[in-house]
Amino acid sequence: MTEPLLFELSSPGRIGCQLPELDVPEAPLPEELLRQQLPLPELSEREVVQHFTRLSQLNFSVDTGFYPLGSCTMKYNPKLHEEVARLPGFTEIHPWQRESTVQGALQLMYELQQYLAEITGLPGVSLQPIAGAHGELTGMLIVRAYHVHRGDEGRSTVLVPDSAHGTNPATAAMCGYEVLTVPSDERGNIDVHELDRLMDERVAGLMLTNPNTLGLFEEHILKAAEIVHEAGGLIYCDGANMNALLGIAKPGELGTDVLHLNLHKTFSTPHGGGGPGGGATAVTEELAPFLPVPVVALRSEQEAGDTYYLDYGRPLSIGRVSGFYGNFGVMVKAYAYLRSLGAPGLRQVSENAVLNANYLLHQLKSDYFLPYDRSCLHECVFSGKDQAKLGVHTVDIAKRLIDLGFHPPTVYFPLIVDEALMIEPTETESIETLDAFISAMRQIAQEAETDPELVRDAPRTTPVSRLDEVAAARKPNLKWRR
Amino acid sequence: MSSYIPNTDADRRKMLETLGLDSLEELFDVIPAEKRYPDLALPRPLAEMDVKKLLRGLAEKNADLDHHPSFLGAGAYHHFVPAVVDHVLRRGEFYTAYTPYQPEASQGTLTSIYEFQTMVCELTGMDAANASMYDGATALAEAGLMAARVTRRDRLIVASTLHPSYRQVLRTYTQGIGMDIREVGYAEDGGLDFHQAQQLLDGEAAGLIVQYPNFLGSLEDLLLLSELAHAADALLVVCVDPVALGLLRPPGELGADIVVGEGQSLGNPLSYGGPYVGLFGCRHKYLRQMPGRLVGMTTDTEGRRGFVLTLQPREQHIRREKATSNICSNEALVALAVTTYLAVMGRQGLRQVAELCYHKAHYAAQQIVALPGYERLFGQFFKEFVIRTPSPPAQVNAHLWERGIIGGYELARDYPQLTDCLLLCVTEMNTRDEIDTLVQALGEIGSKR
Repeated sequence: MTEPLLFELSSPGRIGCQLPELDVPEAPLPEELLRQQLPLPELSEREVVQHFTRLSQLNFSVDTGFYPLGSCTMKYNPKLHEEVARLPGFTEIHPWQRESTVQGALQLMYELQQYLAEITGLPGVSLQPIAGAHGELTGMLIVRAYHVHRGDEGRSTVLVPDSAHGTNPATAAMCGYEVLTVPSDERGNIDVHELDRLMDERVAGLMLTNPNTLGLFEEHILKAAEIVHEAGGLIYCDGANMNALLGIAKPGELGTDVLHLNLHKTFSTPHGGGGPGGGATAVTEELAPFLPVPVVALRSEQEAGDTYYLDYGRPLSIGRVSGFYGNFGVMVKAYAYLRSLGAPGLRQVSENAVLNANYLLHQLKSDYFLPYDRSCLHECVFSGKDQAKLGVHTVDIAKRLIDLGFHPPTVYFPLIVDEALMIEPTETESIETLDAFISAMRQIAQEAETDPELVRDAPRTTPVSRLDEVAAARKPNLKWRR
Repeated sequence: MSSYIPNTDADRRKMLETLGLDSLEELFDVIPAEKRYPDLALPRPLAEMDVKKLLRGLAEKNADLDHHPSFLGAGAYHHFVPAVVDHVLRRGEFYTAYTPYQPEASQGTLTSIYEFQTMVCELTGMDAANASMYDGATALAEAGLMAARVTRRDRLIVASTLHPSYRQVLRTYTQGIGMDIREVGYAEDGGLDFHQAQQLLDGEAAGLIVQYPNFLGSLEDLLLLSELAHAADALLVVCVDPVALGLLRPPGELGADIVVGEGQSLGNPLSYGGPYVGLFGCRHKYLRQMPGRLVGMTTDTEGRRGFVLTLQPREQHIRREKATSNICSNEALVALAVTTYLAVMGRQGLRQVAELCYHKAHYAAQQIVALPGYERLFGQFFKEFVIRTPSPPAQVNAHLWERGIIGGYELARDYPQLTDCLLLCVTEMNTRDEIDTLVQALGEIGSKR
């Protein structure tokens, strides 16, 4: 099944939306500035709806099946959130409206800042970053501003573990830092001896993910924080994996100075096919003056009562990181989630996410190689290296899973695990779903031995089979031509 | 237990048994005991109907544009969004999917991004466009960084008539790597001060960055600016209002090298500033320096057409600290809204929206300058224009608000020389009645003086 492109469906003269007649006199148009042609497609409303509905059916999604994409926290997205985020009082307000006319929006943002501060144990929160990597950029610019403000300008390096997300070193580089890689130890933790050796007065800080990308809690986190802090550095925590720690531990109490959250992972706002997300960034009291402007603040006065406002009066701020105040529509969903769950609900989220992951780990370790054999937190990482010896690689396992009705795990990441399969079930999946996935994985392990061709030829049930990515990159075709 | 968690106590017991554990707590033994299970002081959990009531209460505390005519623009625009757009966005298959890492299971998202890239190219006149950036401001900052990479220079010449927030974001993005940013003022007609720009474009500059129409509403002479920039071997970066491009010549035809813009206007509500979407296009020769995701067309093992993420060696997950940007996820669903909007509007519709904006804005401007005490500044404009008001702009806005009207943007915030000026925006959403009411209210102030 393939769907033609909009441009192929187009027919001259069709219109998809009736616009109002002009109700004022025409003004002369600036002829010399006008475009000669506008090659957009021409379709009726019905055709547009049919096209996008058909396209949607070519997607795998959380709403249609199990999506254990490690590190991405593909949990269920509550439908209530879609409804409340579309209230006209939220969608039809302009970002430059005077504060007195948007008190509800500002109150929601202020309270969300407070809740995230409470959950992370880090009192300063900015909701302005738009995605996780954007939160990282914000956080590392804060790290930099802190050192510069103290006159400590010789710190030119950032330490990043070898298991880190690619965004970590990329972010450090965007902030002007050199990146030094810290190896992991045999239990999958950051190697603290190496950390101790590398840490000195030239290092601005350590970017750490906890639990790390192996799904493992950093066992020496307090020691690592001590090493970094003693040498004058700061700890940046990549909060991509916060789904393991809600109500279980506060990163701020584990030595973290700066942390970004992914509202679209941990706080259940939908991923949207790759955004919009929310990369709220939380910092210690000491770093709060460096947060982006504006932050939402509260003024309590006897007569006027509570007034929420946008606080721009922050001279040490790193400045704005996005056009307005962040992805407000996403914040509404995260806020609704937190009000639905409260503290007991959040703890249940992490407990169930971690239980589900350990259940998968336990059930699959007889069929797949487990490089770090210890209990995990919210996700587990296997290696397909035993299957690779049979000529069936991780990519083949992933594609075969699609045929069996599941979205594949994250593959070939973290880089320190050969043929990695990173599985994150989240708390919103039932034991029946997990058992079905376990059966599918076992079946594939079996097929790797008995019928490797079947696995290597997968997927066969999808609208297209394996695509030629090499050809796509060699001669890029990035837009449709007549 | 939350309704979002399907497992029952019996399920959990069974799973714990499998693991040889007695309690959920044992799963967290690895966490230092003294840090485990902190108190969380959060409001108590609410039932679905109570959350809904609570959120409705907060929403109703805001004065929304369904109930108030608005003449605010300045980077966020009130345009009509056809019902089809939100209908498409509500498909769970789109909004609950993630970045299309597995192309065989993501052809819906990938195809729509390819269509998005094509339409951004068509609107802007660029050869290639990416799958979107966070918003207009961050797209602009990334364009500045890209100009520096392409030219291997670290000086950027930026128009003071580039959106003030965009200039701030550019400064934030470049503070770590130490870019030299110089601003160019505007001339009497509100366009860039050519003379000053020419002086600053001295062979050290990576790029000249302007907005079209600019923040004060004026239409720059892009052809001339591209000649200026290219004569100094610098790139011309143009930040556009995509609705204006329904009517105006695309910057690609006028010599622009990188075109960015805020895509919110194309099918997305104002939403108090986000989620929005950054448009990003460039000339083919700079493709490999482009940040962000790209979708390309290819074929499958049976020769059928399909789409994949491509040219990934530019990106952070492959290149790590040597990547063109740290961007990972973008604004795919908002880009889908743009794609749907442009499909529904089509060739005729977008032109019509642009013309409605143009004529209504000019009607409003004409009526306002006919009032005593009011004056319009600067030259040709599209849908936004600057007026000098007889009373301080803050007072004018306060008076308009007494009439239930959301007034203009007070330029005193960013331009000390324009403290007595308002930036007004008129779109197809403003009826003649609304414009006449605005003019009448402004007249009341004029005559009060």
